[in-house]
Amino acid sequence: MTPTDPKRPLQLNDQGQLRHFLSLDGLPRELLTEILDTADSFLEVGARAVKKVPLLRGKTVCNVFFENSTRTRTTFELAAQRLSADVITLNVSTSSTSKGETLFDTLRNLEAMAADMFVVRHADSGAAHYIAEHVSPEVAVINGGDGRHAHPTQGMLDMLTIRRHKGGFENLSVAIVGDILHSRVARSNMIALKTLGCRDIRVIGPKTLLPVGVEQYGVTVYTDLAKGLKDVDVVIMLRLQRERMQGGLLPSEGEFYRLFGLTTQRLALAKPDAIVMHPGPINRGVEIESAVADGAQSVILNQVTYGIAVRMAVLSMAMSGQAAQRQIEQESFQ
Amino acid sequence: MSLPNPADLIAQMATALTARLQARGIDTPRFIGIRTGGVWVAQALLEQLGQATELGTLDVSFYRDDFSQNGLHPQVRPSSLPFEIEGQHLVLIDDVLMSGRTVRAALNELFDYGRPASVTLVSLLDLDAAELPIRPDVVGATLSLAPDERVKLLGPTPLTLERQAIGAAASLQESTR
Repeated sequence: MTPTDPKRPLQLNDQGQLRHFLSLDGLPRELLTEILDTADSFLEVGARAVKKVPLLRGKTVCNVFFENSTRTRTTFELAAQRLSADVITLNVSTSSTSKGETLFDTLRNLEAMAADMFVVRHADSGAAHYIAEHVSPEVAVINGGDGRHAHPTQGMLDMLTIRRHKGGFENLSVAIVGDILHSRVARSNMIALKTLGCRDIRVIGPKTLLPVGVEQYGVTVYTDLAKGLKDVDVVIMLRLQRERMQGGLLPSEGEFYRLFGLTTQRLALAKPDAIVMHPGPINRGVEIESAVADGAQSVILNQVTYGIAVRMAVLSMAMSGQAAQRQIEQESFQ
Repeated sequence: MSLPNPADLIAQMATALTARLQARGIDTPRFIGIRTGGVWVAQALLEQLGQATELGTLDVSFYRDDFSQNGLHPQVRPSSLPFEIEGQHLVLIDDVLMSGRTVRAALNELFDYGRPASVTLVSLLDLDAAELPIRPDVVGATLSLAPDERVKLLGPTPLTLERQAIGAAASLQESTR
């Protein structure tokens, strides 16, 4: 009955527009650029006296966080509120519950609240995808981070940060430093940078924190920070994710800082106008020196501001893609 | 029926606008064009008036009333108002006035920046098809079109008007954007 193509990616509608936002994997460059352009327009809204537009008036956005988060949760809340949507946030504990059961029960409850959109964060990879597959077809699902898999809005806000400070991607050298293995941010960033045409993507970290086969993302691997930072335009530091580590991946935090911490001296190896990014929360003295985090080259707080605009763009584009899909299905039904 | 030449209309609009602003004692109006055609008309109008004042631009995509049917315009650009709105006399400029919905969206957006002292609406064409109580204060020409016809402004230089025949309802909505 519906014209839905079973091979069409789950997160796109029949016209190739966003209807869920689950991963940057497989999204075309034009779509990523459209997200960045739309976010630029929303950034202007954030600078006004009245920081609100009526786009999602009457819609309900439900943030479902199975995993702790402050920055992502609050910026998603602000983004939805600035679009005039009604927002509720549920913090659901994951402890001692099996994935399928919890997700399914929670989902039913949320559907009963007539939410138009779910923003989901979950410690298991694939959770947002699973919800998007099982939710009512008119509900849009946004991935706010799933396990080690993806954090697509963080990826896009990092891209917006780079574009606004460096003007583009093609002629840049970008280094992603630290705990690549546990980082969904790293994965989303590698995919986004590659799609947007960045030709020199470097990942830098100890062998134990580099995923096997990371080269498949089109990146160059360095295990020596000094070599990897040479003449880069952008340094993306990652948080050392102790809570995800099992066993002896690292001798100690002190040892990690000695070898991979971003200090003023090491930053001097990058280009003089290089910017320093970090998805937060930062661990001062573990992966980054305070003088660098608070220094002139740091754009860490700008990233937070850009994050609101990117999330406004993604929420409105997914809602728009859902509306368009319903239109298509109605017309083909008539 | 042939379409008028925008250059002629703009000369006549400049005269009418000057007279109107004078009659109301407005000496430093702020000019704002609605993207994209309204910005072109505003630029031509300012040139005709010999004014070097900064032009504000509005993209009303975030304020449209057809979001739930048509979604977000993919080419949305930031609005740019390089002056205060609060307490100012504004001249709001569009290219083709049809349903009045774009102007409604523009007024809503403007009020999110502040409370203007007044808003004067200027339009190159009025298609006499208002669906809302919105009429231009200064207009280049009023046209009545057949139900399946639309007019589109091409620009920015030279400005020309083009008649377009439309078929489906979907393209009707598109042409009013």
